Amino acid sequence: MILLFVSLFAFSANSNAKSITLGWAAWDPANALQELTKEFTAETGIDVNFEFVPWPNFADRMLNELNNKGKTFDLLIGDSQWIGAGAVYGHYVKLNDFFDKEGISMNDFSPATVYAYSTWPKGSENYYALPAMGDALAWAYRKDWFDRPELKSEFKKKHGYDLGVPASWDQLYDMCTFFQGREIDGQKRYGAAINTERGSEGITMGVTAAMYAWGMEYENPNKPYDMEGYFNSPQAVEAVEFYRKLYEGCAPPGHSDAYMVANLDAYKSGQVAFQMNWYAFWPGVSKEDSDGRVSGFFANPKQNVAAATLGGQGISVVKYSDKQDLALEYIKWFARPDVQQKWWDLGGYSCHNDVLNSPSFPTSTVYAQGFLDSMGIVKDFWQEPTFVELMLPMQEAIHDYVVNGKGTAKGALDKIIEEWVEVFEADGKL
Amino acid sequence: MSVKKKFKGLSDKAVAWLFIGPSVFLLLAINIYPLIYAIRMSFTNFYANKIGREPQFVGLKNYIKVLNKEAIWEKMQVTANFMFWTLLLQAVIGLGLALLLNRKFKGNELLTTLIVLPMMLSPAVVGVFWTYLYNPQVGLFNYVVNFFYDFGSFDMIGSSELAPWSIVIVDTWMWTPFTMLICLAGLRSVPNYLYEAAEVDRASKWQQFIYITLPSVLPFLLLALLFRGIENFKMFDMVVELTSGGPGSATELASINLKREAFEKWKTGYSSAFAVILFVTIFGFGNVYVKVMNKIKER
Repeated sequence: MILLFVSLFAFSANSNAKSITLGWAAWDPANALQELTKEFTAETGIDVNFEFVPWPNFADRMLNELNNKGKTFDLLIGDSQWIGAGAVYGHYVKLNDFFDKEGISMNDFSPATVYAYSTWPKGSENYYALPAMGDALAWAYRKDWFDRPELKSEFKKKHGYDLGVPASWDQLYDMCTFFQGREIDGQKRYGAAINTERGSEGITMGVTAAMYAWGMEYENPNKPYDMEGYFNSPQAVEAVEFYRKLYEGCAPPGHSDAYMVANLDAYKSGQVAFQMNWYAFWPGVSKEDSDGRVSGFFANPKQNVAAATLGGQGISVVKYSDKQDLALEYIKWFARPDVQQKWWDLGGYSCHNDVLNSPSFPTSTVYAQGFLDSMGIVKDFWQEPTFVELMLPMQEAIHDYVVNGKGTAKGALDKIIEEWVEVFEADGKL
Repeated sequence: MSVKKKFKGLSDKAVAWLFIGPSVFLLLAINIYPLIYAIRMSFTNFYANKIGREPQFVGLKNYIKVLNKEAIWEKMQVTANFMFWTLLLQAVIGLGLALLLNRKFKGNELLTTLIVLPMMLSPAVVGVFWTYLYNPQVGLFNYVVNFFYDFGSFDMIGSSELAPWSIVIVDTWMWTPFTMLICLAGLRSVPNYLYEAAEVDRASKWQQFIYITLPSVLPFLLLALLFRGIENFKMFDMVVELTSGGPGSATELASINLKREAFEKWKTGYSSAFAVILFVTIFGFGNVYVKVMNKIKER
């Protein structure tokens, strides 16, 4: 009987406890955030439940939830491209008044991240998220192989410059082909694990890393949504052709539908010399270096210009939540510089200037300098409310050209523009 | 007592309605209402994710757009190819296996159980593990093929020539047992005296197969193919897990495209029109097929 009362009391106490639910993707930084959040609960007594969704289903799950005005999440760490839809369709709470009231200044955060993760319309002072997780597409390489004298001298003899961090995509290609099919320690190795995934956003994130470096612009800066001659410029075409060359000449066999996890697997299993991936994974890669593997990291190489594909997310309060006050309390806590420092220490990528501008930051990890370099040169895919409609035709056309080998790069880009025009027309932008 | 009284006075028709009422209600609520709603939506420019934007009537615009879109016809062609080859292979192999298992031999039951196993797996799981089997570096499929003839390294999923075959092979592997089971049921229903009479008439084994076995089993086989045809027309999960519709759009079946249009691009009006077209197509083919099947049965 006593036990029954105790359990009833416990149940009742638990059901009365203050709690919120935070949704994010299931990956390493999410675990770090879970760890960090224990301090929030200790300080405020507010329990935070987490729902982490695997990347392939992340956008589908979250956007369906928002479109259905779901109350599952009080806080959402959503992709940078969702900010337009979040603001325009009223899924996210506008945070300006809250920031003013709590003295949270967007000037305290890296400008590139505020622009990308928080504002809509872009660059305006309307904030719908707090920059939560800075990220960009970058590269990891097998430093232990690069340091081998016999490989260094062979490479120098062949290409006339040192084997090391590539200064351009051309050099990256030289190095990838150098390792392609090469036997090292009795095993056949390959050049690079690059993004080729078809289903969600993988190949687009990969190919744009090249396109940005070649100087591609999505639209005429003076005439928004005028894409002809910009998105399909000769430089953009060359970049897409290059990406196909990289896939054909440097990817391991069967790497035709690969994104984050597949790239990590190819690298960790010792198949490849390089992997393309998000900074978010570098703490894990660095920590797991073993059996002689030493990883080096570098920002996206320059070709015509220095540029990198933006990743990362802001944290937003969901408009349909019944616990907006508790969710805002979490954001207030998360914005504190001391919390942001702990966030970085645990493996999250803080966007707070106090963390990034600290003199010890560039040497705090082997990838910190690369992260700083990248965040200064990032470019993002369309952040329009219709970004999914814009992403899908690009996925299909680029995959068709790069992996399937069908048609031409120019043809693929023209086809994408054609579809995008239709999307913008339907959305009343054209 | 009063309940008993109440039901005592019910007519046969009323009792019949009482029994079928819940089913009819569910059918109306789950199937008919959404169908009518989708047909209504197909005449609008509705986007389910654009909250607050009222759908406008656009007439036949969505239908014209779907039918004039080259990409849609490409997807339909991919679907037709997939259906043709899977149905053909499943008919031939399924019937062959049924003929084999219709004979009495040691281990017959164990073999039947083993053959039926793939059918019991989840299509999504099948899709995932076949991606490993097809892996050019470590996959068993390449190893087995190269054991018989050295083709070298080839990527079943990454090549536009091979990817359509990769989904055909997996679907055939998974669903041939279904065709086999239905055919086996047909074979076991053929009366023995027909074969005995044929023996008396000195008919060869081939003649027995052509004039007795095949006509007897054909209605069963056609029924199995009808079920498989409908299923494969709406095939989704296995192919998404295996190829995501790629490379490019080499394996993007109509159902995958429909899902992308409806629940990723949120073009509700347009995708409703596409869904109605697909429904009419399969409904039309299904009806013609059933009529043909009935004629064969009557013969």
